[in-house]
Amino acid sequence: MVATRLLPSEEAHDLIDLTREICDKELRPRVDAAEAAAAVDPQFPRDVYKILGRAGLLSLPYAEEWGGGGQPYEVYLQVVEEIASAWMSVAVGVSVHSLTAYPVATVGTDAQKQALLTGMLSGDQLGAYCLSEPLAGSDIGSMTTRATPDGSAGDGWTIKGRKAWISHAGHADYYTSFVRTSDDGGRGLSCFVVPGVAAGLTFGAPERKMGLHCDTVREVIYDTVPVDGDRLVGTEGQGMAIALAALDSGRLGIAAAATGLAQSALDLAASYAKDRMQFGRPIADNQGLAFMVADMEAAVTGARAAYLHAARLKDAGRAFSKEAAVAKLLCTDAAMRVTTDAIQVLGGAGYTQDFPAERMFREAKVTQIFEGTNQIQRLVISRHVLKG
Amino acid sequence: MNIVVCVKYVPDAQSDRTFNESDNTTDRVGVDGLLSELDEYAVEEALKLVEAGEGEVTVVTVGPDQAADALKKALQMGADKAVHVKDDAIHGSDAVATSLVLAEAIKKIGSPDLVITGMASTDGTMSVVPAMLAERLGLPQVTFASELSIDGSTVTIRRDGDAASETIVATLPALVSVTDQINEPRFPSFKGIMAAKKKPVEEWALADLGVDASQVGLEAAWSKVESFTKRPPREQGQIVTDDGDGGTKLAEFLYAQKFV
Ligand SMILES: Cc1cc2nc3c(=O)[nH]c(=O)nc-3n(C[C@H](O)[C@H](O)[C@H](O)COP(=O)(O)OP(=O)(O)OC[C@H]3O[C@@H](n4cnc5c(N)ncnc54)[C@H](O)[C@@H]3O)c2cc1C
Repeated sequence: MVATRLLPSEEAHDLIDLTREICDKELRPRVDAAEAAAAVDPQFPRDVYKILGRAGLLSLPYAEEWGGGGQPYEVYLQVVEEIASAWMSVAVGVSVHSLTAYPVATVGTDAQKQALLTGMLSGDQLGAYCLSEPLAGSDIGSMTTRATPDGSAGDGWTIKGRKAWISHAGHADYYTSFVRTSDDGGRGLSCFVVPGVAAGLTFGAPERKMGLHCDTVREVIYDTVPVDGDRLVGTEGQGMAIALAALDSGRLGIAAAATGLAQSALDLAASYAKDRMQFGRPIADNQGLAFMVADMEAAVTGARAAYLHAARLKDAGRAFSKEAAVAKLLCTDAAMRVTTDAIQVLGGAGYTQDFPAERMFREAKVTQIFEGTNQIQRLVISRHVLKG
Repeated sequence: MNIVVCVKYVPDAQSDRTFNESDNTTDRVGVDGLLSELDEYAVEEALKLVEAGEGEVTVVTVGPDQAADALKKALQMGADKAVHVKDDAIHGSDAVATSLVLAEAIKKIGSPDLVITGMASTDGTMSVVPAMLAERLGLPQVTFASELSIDGSTVTIRRDGDAASETIVATLPALVSVTDQINEPRFPSFKGIMAAKKKPVEEWALADLGVDASQVGLEAAWSKVESFTKRPPREQGQIVTDDGDGGTKLAEFLYAQKFV
């Protein structure tokens, strides 16, 4: 069923129509084969991002002045949701790319916006967001990848270390990297935009994952990578604050993507339930099964409301960190439950690769883990609720 | 080079298509519609030609209020301006009348160097409007182009047939209808969506074109749909139980149906 959307403008309606058209013509016909192939032999659908970039879907939430679409989060996120209902890996990629532009867009100088942001928002480029490390996942304050001044007149830096589980690694044009510039714990981190062609930047083998195969994830290895001083975004030591603020927005992208994934699992289950005959009638005619579908619908609708509430607070310039964490928790848990139930509705067929239910289930799992595990979301929420 | 592209608003093939009970015409009002996909190729070809040189692309449609959506899509893709001919009297028009209205609209737009149309509409699929329109405008008609190039004052197309491909050359101005092999229509972009909001869309009635209402509409149509029957629901196929002779039974079935 097509989601009912309240949108703030005619252009937003046209934008959703455009997104649905691209999903129907370019994404849905390819997703099954591409995910299956990438499971065996890692491959990244860079051409799909070219299509999205040309259509202007890779820069929606940023200012038109720098090449963005000037859209509120409320609209941008519903585009992400639509994309996720067609191809989850790609929706995650769109969300991650949007996140990579966040530091320059929010704390960059005008010169950096001119030099870096216009390219990031052009639709041609794709970014990677390098925060996690093998020994610093949830606890990002413990990261060890380090930038040291190279002593040159140009205030250059040299980065050494490694980042783990980095989406788009090896395919990105630039790497928005959070690294240590002093030993002062969480206050000792800084943000750099490292060009993809930088000397000394290499990548580990693609991780062999449970799903989301077209989101290529690798280690990013900084083997004495020189970086110009004008690629330090914000001030030295501001990295943690930038990363956390970026994640508030980024996790809304994941919340929206999880909602789209849940919607498509629900759609699949509902249509199967109406067709599949057992005991001489469609299985949907059994209340025990119909109520499962009702619970799935309630979960999806609730998830959508949760992320849109946080987005509207953000768009209004209000605090939204707690609501973003609530949305991430609710939407991704909803995706896990709905995809699990979708397999149940499809029965044996749901457990086979002849239907996408099992793929959706595998894709749902990671949404509870990345951009802050759901335990970390509870940490954020409880701190907000219990503070003072 | 100035190009006029004729586009049609058609019922979405994804949803149920119906006829009006009262006059047996295609129901265009109560259903979701869109720019005929075959016309996207015409718009794309015009945009490519203008982008490679200079000039303007004007899209024109004859249709009800909702047909504005087809124009909007073409403008979002990049066309410069649009003309919407709408008039209650046009309802029920056949290809002859449609070509008359289009011809008068194109004359009023100016004298384009090229008129491009799709090879057919996805609802009527008659393919005759381009030929009739060329005749009315006194232009050479080069139809079913799978490849098109302009060289000075001539247009050259390739028309692919079952047995051979023809190369056809005509002088400009000309009318060309294009097939779905000619290009890969672009998607609109978000910038295109924003830009389209500011592009001019003119609305003309029959009176603006000097066409008399008696020349168009259901009454003037040379052909009419007398009746229609809904396609019968699909019946369950024949199930062959395999008692060891399944293969033979299958072959017999296929033979009886003249499939083998
Ligand atoms: C497909 C994929 C793509 C990714 N893409 C990126 C990317 O592009 N960029 C990037 O930087 N990272 C990326 N990541 C990494 C991801 O963000 C981390 O995996 C995530 O933050 C969790 O870190 P961890 O894996 O080290 O788990 P840990 O931090 O080791 O957590 C293990 C378990 O302990 C729990 N736990 C940890 N601390 C606490 C606590 N204080 N209280 C309660 N429970 C706790 C966690 O919730 C979890 O259940 C990606 C990961 C995956 C799987």
